[in-house]
Amino acid sequence: MSAALHPASAPALAQALSTPHSLPHTAADLVAQPWLASLLGVGAIMAFLTLNVLFLIWAERKVSAWIQRRMGPTEVGPYGLFQTLADMLKLISKQLITPSHVDRPLYLLAPLVVFAPVVVAVSLFPFAPGLAVTDVDLGLLLVFAFAGLGIIGIFMAGWGSNNKYALLGAMRSVAQNVSYEIPLILSALAVVLLASHPEGVTLEAGTPSAHTVPLLGTSLAHITLAQEAQGYWFVLVQPVAFVIYFVAALAETNRAPFDIPEAESELVAGFHTEYSGMRFAMFFFAEYTNMLVVSMVATVLFLGGWDGPLLPGPVWFFLKTYTLLFGMIWVRWTWPRLRFDQLMRLCWGLLVPVAILNLLGAAVLAEVL
Amino acid sequence: MQETLAFTVPLSWYLILAAILFTIGAIGVFTRRNALLVLMSVEIMLNAVNLTFLAFARTRGDSIGHVVTFFVIAVAAAEAAVGLALVMGVFRHTRTVNVDSLRAMRR
Amino acid sequence: MFEQVMFWLFGAGAVVTAGMVVAPPFNRNPVHAALALIASFFCMAGLYMLLLAHLLAVLQILVYAGAIMVLFLFVIMLLNLGDHELGKQSSSVGQMIGLVAMAFVTSKLVVTLATSADSLPHGADPAAPEALVRDGFGTVATVGDAMFRHYLVPFELTAILLLIAVIGAVVLAKRNL
Repeated sequence: MSAALHPASAPALAQALSTPHSLPHTAADLVAQPWLASLLGVGAIMAFLTLNVLFLIWAERKVSAWIQRRMGPTEVGPYGLFQTLADMLKLISKQLITPSHVDRPLYLLAPLVVFAPVVVAVSLFPFAPGLAVTDVDLGLLLVFAFAGLGIIGIFMAGWGSNNKYALLGAMRSVAQNVSYEIPLILSALAVVLLASHPEGVTLEAGTPSAHTVPLLGTSLAHITLAQEAQGYWFVLVQPVAFVIYFVAALAETNRAPFDIPEAESELVAGFHTEYSGMRFAMFFFAEYTNMLVVSMVATVLFLGGWDGPLLPGPVWFFLKTYTLLFGMIWVRWTWPRLRFDQLMRLCWGLLVPVAILNLLGAAVLAEVL
Repeated sequence: MQETLAFTVPLSWYLILAAILFTIGAIGVFTRRNALLVLMSVEIMLNAVNLTFLAFARTRGDSIGHVVTFFVIAVAAAEAAVGLALVMGVFRHTRTVNVDSLRAMRR
Repeated sequence: MFEQVMFWLFGAGAVVTAGMVVAPPFNRNPVHAALALIASFFCMAGLYMLLLAHLLAVLQILVYAGAIMVLFLFVIMLLNLGDHELGKQSSSVGQMIGLVAMAFVTSKLVVTLATSADSLPHGADPAAPEALVRDGFGTVATVGDAMFRHYLVPFELTAILLLIAVIGAVVLAKRNL
């Protein structure tokens, strides 16, 4: 939205747009009409997200089968690739059941409130130089702001369902998300400190088109550029932050071993117990898209985004993202679930103090480097 | 795009809107008896004040209003945390969040 | 034109949703009030963006909608209020007088603002927003510069205030320390 209002508001961006081969040109530059560009961008993002969810669910089932020495889906399509599509069709064709004592506005709005913010968050990422729906100087903050909104939808689902399992699941989910957001953001802040170069860094050094741009640590594109300019990915200088981020991201997305909010053996299905058909599918969609969002943030923050030799930018970006996603699936099918007190102790007793110390270390490092 | 960059909404509109929002918040503080709703009404009032700060900041073209708004948001966060802790403490003792029924100090 | 449409959209949205927090027919349930308040904060964030305050608009969503209101919702869930707590609302004569007085003061304020606010002296030329945009008005860099160059002491005091609030909240909410 901010980009649509005034695309040139970020001074660094404005400067970069006037100098060729520097910062990613947004979709708005490719298509002269900003409204049309936004629409096209959102359409492209939605198509990508649908494909991503279809693929991720298939991958999850295949990887879990592989880990457990099973076959996984094999029937529909080659290697069972179209199994998720068939499942989706089944969900679409199912009747939407609304239980009788629900809080109707909350119950009906909850899937949308969970679903919409993650789509906004995905549209903020620079997949390659020149490939971004919106490139704003506040990208990282916006991603965290919108990723944090899903929790309101989870609360609405849990409270509105008028079901004790749903409410318990929502309470656990809210407590877990609020707690783990702190180490998540603290570990990201360490990278922001390292990526900020108000005095400017030299891009494409050693080539005729070498030039200097000031970098701002809150812009996703700038964080990537900082890693490109310095020649190393931040995971090398911030391994502790990367581990903290990954653990906190698993908890943020309610993935095992932190899937206490929807622990099947205790809570049926947690906050979405009372949802069926497409409404359930929207929660599912949001959950897998959330995984994608946290992986893409990790890719940009720690693994250099589109940066990499030989292969083109988007290939590197998605290679890194899906490697992280594979890691998340791997963890889910090999680690047992934590108890709630263990979950809280891990966050407040270990991750938060270590993240704060790491942030102090990063501040010193940012001065030295 | 150029036309969107011209300021067509005058300062007074923002100030009037802020005044209306502030009144809504104040009415909430005065008439609601549920402590949670009183706290929410205070948040509306703080937001109305933020709006005036930002409106003046744009008109004057300096960032002081933004800095002050940042502080207001920080204070609001602190106020909400302490206020909600108080509500929880009160509820634990009296099993109510109705501010009218808290008369122990009056006797 | 665009700005005016957006102003009316967000302004009306903010007033209506804030009204839903406060007005009796809608606020029987604090959960509904809290969700209406979140919607109101979103409208306010839209207004902040119209005022070129990008950073503050994002902070509004991040802090208010993402943190403060989630805290409210969590406390509502934790308290598990009974129906009598959710519904009861007595009104007294004093409240009515206060309401009328408040409405009167506000109407006076609105009239005064409508007639005189635009003639207030201001530094920048409001007809030249390009200058503001060129200087990066409201971006992280500009606001951060002002904050850490000229308002560093208040900023540090905010940190202490938040620390005090954290300790205070823990002391107040903990059952037995």
